[in-house]
Amino acid sequence: MKKFFVAAAFGVAFSVSGALAANDTLNLGVVLEPPHLDPTAGAAAAIDEVVYANVMEGLTRIDASGAVKPALAKSWDISSDGLTYTFKLHTGVKYHDGTMFDSADVKFSLDRARGEKSVNAQKALFKAIKSVAAPSSDTVVVTLSQPTGSFLFNMGWGDAVIVAPESADANKTSPVGTGPFKFKSWSKGNKIDLVRNDAYWGTAAKLKSATFKFISDPTAAMAAMMAGDVDGFPNFPAPESMGQFKADPRFEVVIGSTEGETILSMNNGKGPLKDIRVRRAIAHALDRQAIIDGAMFGNGTPIGSHFAPHHPAYVDLTGRYPYDLEKAKKLLTEAGYPNGLKVKMKLPPPSYARRGGEIIAAQLKKIGIEAEIIPLEWAQWLKEVFKGLDYDLTIVSHTEPMDIGIYARETYYFDYHGEAIKKVMADLDATADEKGRYALMAKAQKIVADDAVNGFLFQLAKSGVWKKGVKGLWHNAPVQANDLTGVYWE
Amino acid sequence: MAIFFLRRALTLFATLVATSIIVFLVLEVIPGDPAAVMLGVNAQADTLAALRAEMGLDLPATERYFNWTLGLLQGDMGNSYTYGVPVSELVAERVVVSLPLALMAIVLSTVIAIPVGVLAAARHNKPTDLGVMGVSQIAVAIPNFWFAILLILLFAVKLQWFSAGGFAGWENGFWGALKSLLLPAVALALPQAAILARVTRSSVLEIMGEDYIRTARAKGLGKSSALWRHGVRNALIPVITIMGLQFSFLLAGTIIIENVFYLPGLGRLIFQAIAQRDLIVVKDLIVLLAGTVVVVNFIVDMLYAVLDPRLRGGGHG
Amino acid sequence: MGEIFKKGLGNRSFVIGGVVTIIFILIAGISLLWTPYPFDEMTIASKLKTPSGDHWLGTDHFGRDVFSMMMVGARNSIVVSLVAVSIGAGFGIPLGALAAARGGWVDEAVMRFNDFTFAFPALLSAVMITALAGPGAVNSIIAIGIFNVPVFARITRGAALPIWKREYIMAARVSGKGPVQISIEHVIPNIASVLIVQATIQFALAIIAEAGLSYLGLGTQPPNPSWGKMLSEAQTFMFLAPHLALFPGMAIALMVLGLNLLGDGLRDVLDPRLRRQR
Repeated sequence: MKKFFVAAAFGVAFSVSGALAANDTLNLGVVLEPPHLDPTAGAAAAIDEVVYANVMEGLTRIDASGAVKPALAKSWDISSDGLTYTFKLHTGVKYHDGTMFDSADVKFSLDRARGEKSVNAQKALFKAIKSVAAPSSDTVVVTLSQPTGSFLFNMGWGDAVIVAPESADANKTSPVGTGPFKFKSWSKGNKIDLVRNDAYWGTAAKLKSATFKFISDPTAAMAAMMAGDVDGFPNFPAPESMGQFKADPRFEVVIGSTEGETILSMNNGKGPLKDIRVRRAIAHALDRQAIIDGAMFGNGTPIGSHFAPHHPAYVDLTGRYPYDLEKAKKLLTEAGYPNGLKVKMKLPPPSYARRGGEIIAAQLKKIGIEAEIIPLEWAQWLKEVFKGLDYDLTIVSHTEPMDIGIYARETYYFDYHGEAIKKVMADLDATADEKGRYALMAKAQKIVADDAVNGFLFQLAKSGVWKKGVKGLWHNAPVQANDLTGVYWE
Repeated sequence: MAIFFLRRALTLFATLVATSIIVFLVLEVIPGDPAAVMLGVNAQADTLAALRAEMGLDLPATERYFNWTLGLLQGDMGNSYTYGVPVSELVAERVVVSLPLALMAIVLSTVIAIPVGVLAAARHNKPTDLGVMGVSQIAVAIPNFWFAILLILLFAVKLQWFSAGGFAGWENGFWGALKSLLLPAVALALPQAAILARVTRSSVLEIMGEDYIRTARAKGLGKSSALWRHGVRNALIPVITIMGLQFSFLLAGTIIIENVFYLPGLGRLIFQAIAQRDLIVVKDLIVLLAGTVVVVNFIVDMLYAVLDPRLRGGGHG
Repeated sequence: MGEIFKKGLGNRSFVIGGVVTIIFILIAGISLLWTPYPFDEMTIASKLKTPSGDHWLGTDHFGRDVFSMMMVGARNSIVVSLVAVSIGAGFGIPLGALAAARGGWVDEAVMRFNDFTFAFPALLSAVMITALAGPGAVNSIIAIGIFNVPVFARITRGAALPIWKREYIMAARVSGKGPVQISIEHVIPNIASVLIVQATIQFALAIIAEAGLSYLGLGTQPPNPSWGKMLSEAQTFMFLAPHLALFPGMAIALMVLGLNLLGDGLRDVLDPRLRRQR
């Protein structure tokens, strides 16, 4: 109560000041609130979207175009057999709590991520590491058990940021890193404040402070933009509003691409979808453009397999199962369902899932499949669908870059156990030259499409909108991040 | 009088205890492991067990119940499963939105309803009265969340005088924050005002027919002063009772209205906590809200007894 | 019955309320046989259209015909509310009658139960039940039904108590009839008018409650349309298609208004003495 009165008293005194926003601070609206702030201990993209590149850094980083750039490692040498990586680290780097950064922290972080007790959500990234040595305070030698073409890219993921043993355990609530911004405060359900790290080892950030405000509801997001409460949304939750923003001279709209393959995931392990004919029938009944128009107001690119269209190795497989309701019904009859069947469609909260789900249910109804829509919150979805595999259909967007490897995993929620894809992914790991890699990636896409493992819908667009004058925000999202290091007001 | 007070106080206590037991039991039945919710999908079995022991989830039900209630009495509401911070912190952050909202709604509805009700009674069966009755009939039928949406359509979308939702925050200016609570308060106040106006009107009408009013008029007092001096004061008794009862509807209304306007208040917190299966927040908030309603009812009963001595004699349920 | 009806026709509230209610019930009934378009037919190319000759009330964000959705929505609202109120009455009336008949500790127990449930704002318990047990029409029926029970219990008890003091009841008791029999034969028929009026009011409240739950996403689930859900979808498209927010809300308000007027009219017709209590 006291807090309220004091705040009110101050509020009266400063009530006029609300209008002018200082132009060295940025208020960003984000849709999902992270469950905690340690990117090495959670799968939620929302964590990286606050912390990546801003507060915490890794050996390498991914830049706006998806290229690998040096970060804490200023240079590296790769042995000719591709098994030994020698990283030279920057010196004079301090963590936000004042402790020094050195090779011991790198060894600690990598061993922690790949260790037995690791809670790292992307343990696979570190699988190939055989040993990590820190021969001197600015040198780290990583030895791999087999050549891994994507190793440097992997070390640029948010799950591979370098943490300090002194602060690692508290990172969930107050993250300590080496980045150009320091974590200031987290008002639960409301916002996270960052301030510039004036002791940063590299080029200082231009912004003095930044705030991430959590606004998931499309109307509230619209209201916040119109009222100027936020300066922008890197990914605005209401695609239907983009037209209005485009017409408004105050704002700049940038529709980019993300690494999010939005798919209709199917339970390949049990139930009616175990049968490939049923899965193919569904594929023939999907009208992708209608889904994109209805759920995303036209923002999004159709995909035919689990690969991003903007990637050079992309193969257009959208025609693999052309829209053909008769063929779909025939396949269902062959599979033993001449009169249709009932399935459960469990949907997480995002509007691409809920709206997309409604549209798909209507499309499936045309071939006799009755999809019961069951809405779930993320926690329930993780428990029932992702972990419990208790579903027939679901819709989710996989936003990790180059993640077609999930189809080769032993246990994943699709419950798909194709042998061909495992071989291709293993070969890919061992191949370093670009041409060979691209050929193998093409092969992987075809296998996944041929087996109709999932219904491939569209690539999630990044609907960025911000006030004119804000410069430096990413147009695309090659990794899950809101990199503010180069952002400034014009 | 003292016995009456004691009896009511006992009922109050019993109701609170019963509420806490029932809430506890209902949420016991809900499946789901809070430790898994907190640690996430990839947690190991032994970490889960350790967290469960730390949260005291492996104790028998009765022990957990008493730990919880004793904690509540001392102001310790436990830690939220979703956020890991003390629930009391969450409540403190949210109450500075919900409380001003509720107060604004009460003030608005009272300020509108009582004079309108009295006016209608004074002009009984004349056009003003019929007009008031008609409007209040409609106002009661309108769902408050639809009224809220209409307000947003007119004042935020069309006229752009207000924002379409969200809370400006007290730290960004007192009037700004108050402004973001205005439309929600109006939406909340409308159905309450309608009901209050009708109750005021009928209560005043009843009083006006009473003997002592006739006596006052016989003594020469004009219609208006008779009304104000004797009628209104006594008419206020049932009005206050209704206001007290309305409090629980107000609370229910804030859940929906806070959702319509995306206000970070207690109502929205309960809704989000239920959705996220953050059972500890749910338990605490329900007991808190139900407790507030019970206490308010108790106060209203006391007020009622003070104002109307006829009631003090054997308390009724 | 006939003379009550004739009396009713002279009462303005009764007539207006009755007509409005019947119109909605008819619309709901017709929706079982015919709607202008199938309510779940999506024509995404013609989404968010304003009312026209083709689509009398326009189309929603998936291109579905709003008028057809409203008709089916009426059906869903009425069914949910009717069943919920019936549950409330079905459990509440016997409970209240029992309390009035037995008195003593049974009465005290029922009173405590009532007090306790009144402490819970109705919407809060409904939100809790539907969110925890899972959203859907069935669970909202249960949730709304549950908080109708104490209302009917209280009303029944309050109305039945004075009846028990009447002389012919004493006579019946002396002649050996048990309290249950007396309740059924004498008490309930006498308080029927109160109960009918209350049921009408509760029906109106249930319509609003169902709409509120659906608005929050806890009630009738897609693809089944419900007025509350239509309102919440309309809110996200407020800037693009404001007309979508008008019709479902108007429907709710009209239906509730009709029921309230009907209840008022019934009260006037069945028992004018009750009028003073309002």
